[in-house]
Amino acid sequence: MLQGSDAWQPSADRATLQQRAAMLRQVRDFFYARQVLEVDTPLLARFGVTDPHLSNLTTHLSGSDHAWALQTSPEYAMKRLLAAGSGCIYQLGKAFRDDEQSARHNPEFTLLEWYRVGFTAPQLMAELGQLISLLLDAPAPQSLTYQQAFSRYLQVDPLAPDSHQALQQALANYPEFADLAQRETDVDTLQQLAMACVIEPALDASVPTFITHYPASQAALARLSPSDARVAERFELFYRGLELANGYHELTDAELQQQRFISDQQQREQLGRPPMPADRRLLAALQHGLPDCAGVAVGFDRLVMLRCGQSHIQQVLPFAIDRA
Amino acid sequence: MANYSTNEFKAGLKIMQDGEPCSIIENEMVKPGKGQAFNRVRIRKLISGKVVEKTFKSGDTVEGADVVDVELAFLYSDGEFWHFMNNDTFEQLAADAKAVGDMTKWLVEQNVCVLTLWNGSPIAVTPPNFVELEIVETDPGLKGDTAGTGGKPATLTTGAVVKVPLFVQRGEVIKVDTRSGEYVSRVQK
Repeated sequence: MLQGSDAWQPSADRATLQQRAAMLRQVRDFFYARQVLEVDTPLLARFGVTDPHLSNLTTHLSGSDHAWALQTSPEYAMKRLLAAGSGCIYQLGKAFRDDEQSARHNPEFTLLEWYRVGFTAPQLMAELGQLISLLLDAPAPQSLTYQQAFSRYLQVDPLAPDSHQALQQALANYPEFADLAQRETDVDTLQQLAMACVIEPALDASVPTFITHYPASQAALARLSPSDARVAERFELFYRGLELANGYHELTDAELQQQRFISDQQQREQLGRPPMPADRRLLAALQHGLPDCAGVAVGFDRLVMLRCGQSHIQQVLPFAIDRA
Repeated sequence: MANYSTNEFKAGLKIMQDGEPCSIIENEMVKPGKGQAFNRVRIRKLISGKVVEKTFKSGDTVEGADVVDVELAFLYSDGEFWHFMNNDTFEQLAADAKAVGDMTKWLVEQNVCVLTLWNGSPIAVTPPNFVELEIVETDPGLKGDTAGTGGKPATLTTGAVVKVPLFVQRGEVIKVDTRSGEYVSRVQK
């Protein structure tokens, strides 16, 4: 951190806070004009997230015999609203993730998440492109599939049956990753290493870049592609070295969702992470019926970083975690 | 020695890598929104002095290195070993040429140095930031040069060669910054 942890002063300067406020307003105007309903779902909820690589912060309520979870994103609650017939909705608010602290992460951060009923992934990507253009004066995004990105920057086909070995060989050329790549047995972990540490830094910084069609094993809550079951209808947006957004053509099948929860639990166990009970209310909502929709979550603080040219997230927060 | 988890990583932590004790210089977490987090660290290998980058999965554990710094006074060299003493306990410790490296030229008797010990044995010697040494050899300089422009080489009692201003003469004691190897000033005898 830049200064002592006893400092009382804000970690962002006043000009940045003014930009931040202007951007909050622009986002709300953007969705108001499109008749997307603003919602504010609970941050403190009965269930947390089962995602193997996310950690909920939990707390206790007096008189309650179980832990309560601060939400890592409003996704589950927003999907319950969608199932109840809310129509298109957005939320602009706080989210909490434990174990995430760096120049680009603060354990408490601001997330913009929205869902468009009847949208496909490309339609939602186009809308996200418009928002980025409005907030950051960015050029129109380019788009690469996950497979194209790996082929272009590592000469590896991530969907080929031998991709594990091919990726190990490709990463052996990078001394800083070679040791880890050689001993890593999980192909998804290798792909995530390659994406985060090799491909992302190599992307053209002058234009926002969508990476689309993630491998089915990294589908998270996206549906699989009807034309190619090896990939999911999941996309991410990168710009100027930052991961800005993650979106899906949403999985609406309750049974598949339950299977993914179970597979998440197995992965959590292998990783030595505490078990998280599946959100029964989300499953019940999916059984009732989630409308066909696409949704995306955007790291709002990172948008402010880009607009203000700041390299550390603490510079765009009134009080970063070490001063909170 | 204890193992450390990546979430304990911070600058200065001593860990084992490639069979060598290392000190972490910088630790950066890389975390995709969905997916495995990684720690990218820059480390200095304490024996070879090399700086390398390594990557770990967040949550992995790494063997710690039993590395401590102790302050000891330099006594003498017998040609093979450099002998140091703890001024409080009078315990003595000998460092070999590999540990002392090219720091021999800054070792002055009675000066307190920092010895880096790995499993109790010296692997590096850090002299005080400033030492005072006598010039045993230098060309006679021109009178009237006080600006210190140009300069000339001077050989010190330890064999170190330092660039000094032209007015500094053989037999004088000078103060030298051991970190840069640069002349600082003359010392009044």
